[in-house]
Amino acid sequence: MTGWLTPAEWQAVLLSLRVATWATLASLPLGLLVAYALARWDFPGKGLLNGLVHLPLILPPVVTGYLLLVAFGTRGPVGGFLRDCCGIVLAFRWTGAALAAAVMAFPLMVRAIRLSIESVDGRLEAAAGTLGASPPWVFLTVTLPLCLPGVVAGAILAFAKAMGEFGATITFVSSIPGQTQTLPSAIYAQLQVPGGGEAATRLVLVAIAVAMGALALSEWVGRRVGAWVAGR
Amino acid sequence: MTLLVRLSHAFAGFALDVAFEAPPGLTALVGPSGAGKTTVVGAVAGLLRPRAGRVVAAGVTLLDTDRGVWVPPHRRRVGCVFQEGRLFPHLTVRQNLLYGRWFAPRAEPGPLPGEVVDLLGLAPLLARRPAALSGGERQRVALGRALLARPRLLLMDEPLASLDEARKAEVLPYIERLRDRSGLPILYVSHASAEVERLATTVVRLEGGRVAAAAREDRTLRRNRPGPDFAGQSLSR
Repeated sequence: MTGWLTPAEWQAVLLSLRVATWATLASLPLGLLVAYALARWDFPGKGLLNGLVHLPLILPPVVTGYLLLVAFGTRGPVGGFLRDCCGIVLAFRWTGAALAAAVMAFPLMVRAIRLSIESVDGRLEAAAGTLGASPPWVFLTVTLPLCLPGVVAGAILAFAKAMGEFGATITFVSSIPGQTQTLPSAIYAQLQVPGGGEAATRLVLVAIAVAMGALALSEWVGRRVGAWVAGR
Repeated sequence: MTLLVRLSHAFAGFALDVAFEAPPGLTALVGPSGAGKTTVVGAVAGLLRPRAGRVVAAGVTLLDTDRGVWVPPHRRRVGCVFQEGRLFPHLTVRQNLLYGRWFAPRAEPGPLPGEVVDLLGLAPLLARRPAALSGGERQRVALGRALLARPRLLLMDEPLASLDEARKAEVLPYIERLRDRSGLPILYVSHASAEVERLATTVVRLEGGRVAAAAREDRTLRRNRPGPDFAGQSLSR
């Protein structure tokens, strides 16, 4: 199996898996919070928040990547602060690739979770309240389990999107082999060199396999969790 | 253990202005649709905030707009049984029953799970999920769940309305046992006069947002004297 891809190609695949995993896990708590706020709360600026969350979906990815570079670059306001206070550098590192992937995948994640929270019967939450559960407990014991199929689907969708993210990633962290060259960046790099078509084809097959696997997993997990929640 | 309710609230084209008292036993809140029953239930359970009013259950003030008191629903300990049961589909019957008990203050006296399971005949259902229960079974579980949260009073909002006659007949005796043994005031909202006739010890009749009649029904007296008394009149619609 390892002989099928060159070590450099493996590196790109593994890096993409690591980037996508961290992007998904790290953004999930915030995704839940934002989805819950959009589904259940009324507050000033709700429309603005909704717009901001969806912005990466509509903007050209290169613009999102550029904005990330401006904000999180070592000379940017957020990036400079992170470097000075905690020694964290995101630009041109794999962690920056994870940030770019998380930002790009965030709208898809929030959308899936929001829809599933909206489908939870508010009367069940009210019933839990009358039984003595405070709002955080209602969320943990009723809302979250009942919207779990949507949360799982949103997370898997975000993972798949993060695996495939290219435009914002290459703009923000470039395409340094072994450091920030993810699977799509590696495919693009192979296509730029003469005779790289064969390597690109192998990586394309990996990308297709990962995408199909994620979709199948999403379907299967969604069905299983859905059946468990409904008590069937 | 008594429930005192005084409320006034205004909606578009409708004003509610009621005051009544629910002593231990089962107080039926009756009246046509739109009379304000749902608003009273919401205000007692804490699911809506009335414009003005006062609700005192077992000596504890749950709502007093004059003094700015509004206890949130999860601290009221008002055990609710809704028309649709509202059991948690992702939990087993056992977990549903114990849900409220987990949040109830440990020091408070209250029925033990075993007692409630016996009282309501729930033993064969404990391992099941709500999806695998009949309508009548669901309502019995909902009764047990409310009771195990160690409530100050029980609030039942049309608990039998979605059941057919056979299922109603199955659940009614359990509500009677609850009324006679729990020692809690029960506020029971209903459209069905047969149900009220059988269960109520006090009847409060709402009409157009006001209390049209309130009567204590002496059940022993009723049995000996078939002629219509005050409550009987208000019920024979």
